[in-house]
Formats: sequence, structure tokens, C-alpha cells
Amino acid sequence: VCIHRVRSCSGIHFIKSKYVCVFDKSALKFSHQQRLFRTSAVSCGQIVQFKLSDIGEGITEVTVKEWYIKEGDSVSQFDSICEVQSDKASVTITSRYDGIIRKLHYNLDEIAYVGKPLVDIEIDASKGVSPEEDVVETPPMSHEEHTHQEIKGHKTLATPAVRRLAMENNIKLSEVVGTGKDNRILKEDILNYLAKQTGAILPPSPKAEIIPPLPKSETVPAAPKDRAHKIPVPVSRPIVFSGKDKTEPITGFQKAMVKTMSAALKIPHFGYCDEIDLTQLVQLREELKPLAQIRGVKLSFMPFFIKAASLGLLQYPILNASLDESCQNVTYKASHNIGVAMDTEQGLIVPNVKNVQVSSVFEIASELNRLQSLGSAGQLGTNDLSGGTFTLSNIGTIGGTYAKPVILPPEVAIGALGKIQVLPRFNGKGEVFKAQIMNVSWSADHRIIDGATMARFSNLWKSYLENPASMLLDLK
Amino acid sequence: MVLQASLKNCLQLSCILRTPKVGFRSTTSGSLIIQSTSDDVYQNLAVEDWIHDHMNLENRQVLFLWRNSPAVVIGRHQNPWQECNLRLLRQKNIKLARRRSGGGTVYHDLGNINLTFFTSRKKYERMENLKLVVKALKALRPELDVHVTDRYDILLDRHYKISGTAAKLGRTAAYHHCTLLCNADKFVLSSVLKSPYKGIKSNATPSVPASVKNLFEEDPSLTCEMLLDAIAEEYATQHQTDHHITLINPADETVLPGINNKTKELQTWEWVYGKTPKFSVSTCFNMVYKDSVLDVKVDMDVKHGRIEVCNIDLPEQWLPPAVCSELVKSLTGSKFCPNETTTLAATLLRVCPQDAELQSRWNLLCENMIMLM
Repeated sequence: VCIHRVRSCSGIHFIKSKYVCVFDKSALKFSHQQRLFRTSAVSCGQIVQFKLSDIGEGITEVTVKEWYIKEGDSVSQFDSICEVQSDKASVTITSRYDGIIRKLHYNLDEIAYVGKPLVDIEIDASKGVSPEEDVVETPPMSHEEHTHQEIKGHKTLATPAVRRLAMENNIKLSEVVGTGKDNRILKEDILNYLAKQTGAILPPSPKAEIIPPLPKSETVPAAPKDRAHKIPVPVSRPIVFSGKDKTEPITGFQKAMVKTMSAALKIPHFGYCDEIDLTQLVQLREELKPLAQIRGVKLSFMPFFIKAASLGLLQYPILNASLDESCQNVTYKASHNIGVAMDTEQGLIVPNVKNVQVSSVFEIASELNRLQSLGSAGQLGTNDLSGGTFTLSNIGTIGGTYAKPVILPPEVAIGALGKIQVLPRFNGKGEVFKAQIMNVSWSADHRIIDGATMARFSNLWKSYLENPASMLLDLK
Repeated sequence: MVLQASLKNCLQLSCILRTPKVGFRSTTSGSLIIQSTSDDVYQNLAVEDWIHDHMNLENRQVLFLWRNSPAVVIGRHQNPWQECNLRLLRQKNIKLARRRSGGGTVYHDLGNINLTFFTSRKKYERMENLKLVVKALKALRPELDVHVTDRYDILLDRHYKISGTAAKLGRTAAYHHCTLLCNADKFVLSSVLKSPYKGIKSNATPSVPASVKNLFEEDPSLTCEMLLDAIAEEYATQHQTDHHITLINPADETVLPGINNKTKELQTWEWVYGKTPKFSVSTCFNMVYKDSVLDVKVDMDVKHGRIEVCNIDLPEQWLPPAVCSELVKSLTGSKFCPNETTTLAATLLRVCPQDAELQSRWNLLCENMIMLM
């Protein structure tokens, strides 16, 4: 893209700014800028029509496909303005000026013409880009090097990032002493200037990315050395932080969670916690893991927890029930569809293993593998995600010991499993031994479940896991 | 050193290029031929972005050679639902990528080679590049009937498309890339590039379907490696540079600082699906439920990949109006995405009246809605 130095006003067409200031004596302060304005009008900013430049290959028209900015946004030189398309080529149009977008000449999908105005930009008066002098861009090769900016007739060298830092802090580059090569203004110079002004040490503005060290030929010692020798004087430091709060609407998946959890809130929860000695189970699993591997299944602890829960539910079916909305009827569910909470990119999903009451530990493990791989691929179906009657959440894989899980309606109970820790415990002989301890936290619906029932269920579940051989007696 | 984003203004790439261990040759002028060691479409597209954003192309030109494992690549302003069979892609684990250049949709696999010609904006010239490719092909196999059309396609035997083109122009740099079918799976190609989605109205750039043929079918002795080599040779000759291909690893942050962020961005849902221009879906489907067939009419407006407006027309009282409006309310604002809708439907089911009949109707309706995505 060639930038033309505008000798006369033919290239740029001026429109009277909407924001016309009253010309009074106070304007004399800016008298040195008078020569930059046309005599007929004084405006706070000049509106420049930025035309669509040549695309190449003789193309005269393009379609506007996306706007990156809207009217009222401020832009810096080289910021992307829009994306246009012509005959399989997608072109990013970038701004030639710093300023505020005042008008977009095209809507999306409209045809834009090369050489015709694309947007109107109001250029900041204090920056004083004169009508006679265009912003001079050095030939494209130096877009990674420093660009020149003509301000009030004399060149001020600074990279666009440094100029943006200056603009954000309302600093006139002409007032900053450049310590770089050719009196180039560096980021340190801006920061020093600011520090002198406010007596503060400002953190870099969050918008400016970390600027890598300049190539060796350009480096200059940072802050002036003599500062290091001064005794620091405590000065009240105005903290400058330009981060902004970000508000966005809750949509889709999160909305559904809000609904579910609000419904869960209506359930009076009570909690019951305990600790389980998994030493024997750990050993058993070690023995069974390779066997499962041969059959192509990864065996974790969950299948055991799930099966043990199902055995417990056979004795305490109220925990596998559902209370209707009016709290008039309890439905005892025949199937044990045990849900397993899964953490995915979108958030919490709870697929369930169907009919655990008639499944072997191996079958449960296999089904879990299937659900886990579908879950991580984001391909779980509605069938896998609905129909659950009881839930286990293995939060311990992430961390934690005790938890306070929230019941997922229409269920009436849920268990959260903490991480397995190696802890010292006393055995029957009073000796200390190494035990694999896991904590479980149950929550249940106190409208139909009482503490005693929950405690007995938990004890039964615990006994199956602490002594896995006892599961054999009751396996169906 | 790992440099942060916004390197455009400050990076002096020449200092990296001068590092011998990197393998780029010493001068900052003269052309360069590089080849990717990866077949991941996102990594390779990220390399294109990186070169476009960070390399000084004023005095040099670059040819980038790459191939991908099965993937469908849509143009910058296209609508994936209009262009390909997303269900099939998911089933077959074929990746979907959106590139930054314009143009239409293509299917890539290891039997297809990709060539990217990087130049300064001023030196952007697609015809020249394509003529170079044709010259290389003819040098390799003089009897091949290949020529460049004015739509920037390369045709074999005057009829079959073997190469499609797209381009990206930035402020100071530009690139033109094209495909070349050597030995791609035409069966998969034609099945994935056929969209099953009905009723889509959109201003997105549509693809122009064409009959394709592999060069391999014309001459079974041809392989991708031979083609890559021939093209590199011709490029080296025309640009008076070494016929030396530098390999680059698109995961190497020391050579390409910031590349992994670019790769990640190309994989986000917001980029791949969210950049779809606004479109509407207006369709109807039949649901078979217990010996009766129901007509359902659905209208949706999708912007940035999210459902802005949703309307479901069901036979009266088939679902309680409260339940139906709950579904519509939840769909509004959520992603036009089967996974999100499935999760939403299952989660909402928890707070519906616990009536088996109602629940099976709900599941049926939701499954059909999901099929639209």
C-alpha cells in the first residue's frame, strides 16, 4: 500500500466536524495549532475520510464481510478496521490514523469501492495531524521498525506501541525527551516522564503488551542512573489501574445450571461424612488392573464405588427414589442409574451408568470408559445424560477431602469422594500402620431421608469397600 | 525468549533468522522454501499466520509447503453448516478448521499438498504463482494436460479441478495459498463436502462445487513428495535461491515465538463456528411418536454461532406450553452446537415434571433439534 504525501487538499476531503467549538479567547492557547486548521472553522477534531486503498490485481470492488470497530470506537494507526473479500482473497484493512470512528460508510455484505470512502475518522486535535501533512508512513518494510510521526512539523520517532502508551496517558510525544537512537522515544522515556509528573511509579497499562527488549543496536540504558542513588522518599502513590469490569449474559449451558441449582435449593439438605480405609481395595485394584487392561478396559476405583453404592441401595431403596413436586408421593426407582459427575470444558455434566444393579464391576468399568471418551469428545447423547437416580462425584481426582455436594433433582441423595491420602492409623493391635484413607461426604433430602438411614447406608457402603471380599457375598 | 502478543510492532525477525541453529539461512533477502514437519491443520495454519504477521517480506519471498491429516478447511467468511456434513466429520474424527483467507471449502488429507506463497503486498500476484506450479508439473511430467483458469483453478484434462486457490492480504504482506490433489480420498471428500442441513439462508460465501481428480489417477507413478520437490525446484530457479528446503516444527516456540497461542486460537469454538456470518435456519421435520407422525416447524436466527432467536412450532398441547417455552428460552443465547444443546436438554429435564410420557416426548423433540446442528 503506498501512502501519498498530500501536497494539496485534493486527496483528503474535509467535512466540518459536528463538534464545533466556540472560537473565543481561550482558543488562543492553541494558537500554535491555528495554522493547522482551515480558517473557516474551528473544530475539536478533524474528520478525515479514510478511503479504501488499492487491493491489487486491478480489483475495483470488494464485499465488506466484517467490521472490527463501530462508530464511536477509538482506533490507533495500524489497528484493524474491517475485513473485505474479493474473489477468494480476504483483505484486512487497517487504519492509517489515530482517532475516533465517526461513520461507517457500508453495512455488512455491501459492496465497497476502491478509492471511495470507507470510514470517517475524527483525528484528535491535540495530536494535530495537519491537513497539509499526512501521517507519514515509511515504506512497508519498517512496519516492524519505528514509524515516524509528524507533529507540528517536527519528527518524533516512536514505535506505535510507545505512541499508544503516550496516548493512553494523555502525553504529548513532543514533550517527552527521547533517549533512543536519533532521539527516539522509548517506553522508558514515557514512564519516566509520567513518574516525574505524578511522583508515582506506574505499572504498565494492562492494554500494552509486554514489549520485548529492542534489538541490541537500539538498546539504551533504562531509567537514568542517578535515580538509583537518591534515598527513596515515601510519596503517596496514586495507583493507576485501567482494568475494566466485564459483564456478559449467562447463556445456554450456564442458564440451565442456574435453573437446576435453584431447584436444588428447595431441597432441605443434610450432610453426613465419614472416612474409608481403602488399603485392601487399593491392593485388589492393582491385581485386577492388568486383567482389565487385557480386555481393553481401564479400571479405576469408580466402578467399585459405583457397584458398592448399588448394593447399598438394594438395602436402602429410599435413597434411589424421587419425590414428586407436590411432595405427596415418593417413587422408588427400580433401576440404579448411577450418575458420575464429569468436569468438561463447558462445565459439569453428569452422565449415568444404567442398571448398575445387574452389571458386573467390569461392565461398569467398560461403560465408564465409553462415557468418559464421549464426554471428552463432547459427544454424549441425551440418553446418557438423563434418567439418573443417584450420583457420585469424584471430586478427589482434582483435590479436596470433605465436600458439601448439592443434590441433583429429581434425585434425593449424592456422594462426594475426596482424594485418597496415605495416613497413619491404628490397627486392632494398637500398632500404627500406613492406611489409604478417602473421605466421603453424603448429602440427602431430609424431607424423606433421615440421618439414621443415611448413616446405615454409608456404613454398609464403607464395609463393602474396606473389605472387598464381602462384596462377593452379596453380588447379584 | 517467549514473546507476548502484539509483536507486530517490535519484533525484529532478522535477529532470529540470523541464528544458525534455527536453520534459516543468513541473509535477510533472498527467497526461502520451508516445509512443515507437522500434519496438524491448526498448527500449519498458525504457521501461515505467524509468517504473515512477523516476517519482513519486503525483500524476500517465502514458499511454505504443508500437508494435513484429514481435515475440512472452510474459508474465512463461510458457513460450516452450509458447506459440509458436520455430523459425518464428528463421527469420523475429521477436524474442522477455518482459515483466514477467503475462498471456498476444501478437504485435506495426506494425499493433498498445500502451497503458500508469501510476498509483500505489492508483489502479490496469484497468476504467476499458479503458472509456476503448472510449469513444475509439466517439467515433471510433460504429457500432463494442466492449465490455469481465470478463476485461479488448475484443471487437469480441461475438466477436472486439481487445485483451488485462496488469498489473504494484510497491510504490508500478503499470501496466496493453493491445494494440489495428488492422491486424496475422493470418496471421503465428496461425502464430507455435502451438507445435509436444510433451510439455511445466509450471506456467507458459498463454495462452487467442482469435479475433482487426483494426479495419481492420471499417472500412478506420482507421489506427493515428487510434486513437492518439483515445485520447490521450480520456485528455487525462478527466485534464484538454493533448492534447499528448511524444515520447521510448528510447535517450536523458540523459532516461532507466540505460535502456540495462534494454534490455540484457531481451534477455539469462537473462531471455527463463532465467526460464521449471521444466518437463519428455517426447516421442518417429522417426528414419529407412538403410531402418529407429527410435523414440527423450526425457525432460528444464528449470530456469532449462537441462537439469537428461536421458534418451535409443535402440534398443540403435544408438550405442555410451559415446558416448550422453557426449551425455547434456554436455547436462546446458547451455541448452535449439538453438544451444548444435548447438555442443556438433559439438564433442563431435571426440573421438568417427572412424568415418563412427558420425558420421552421431550427427549424425542430435543434429539430432532440436535440433528439440525
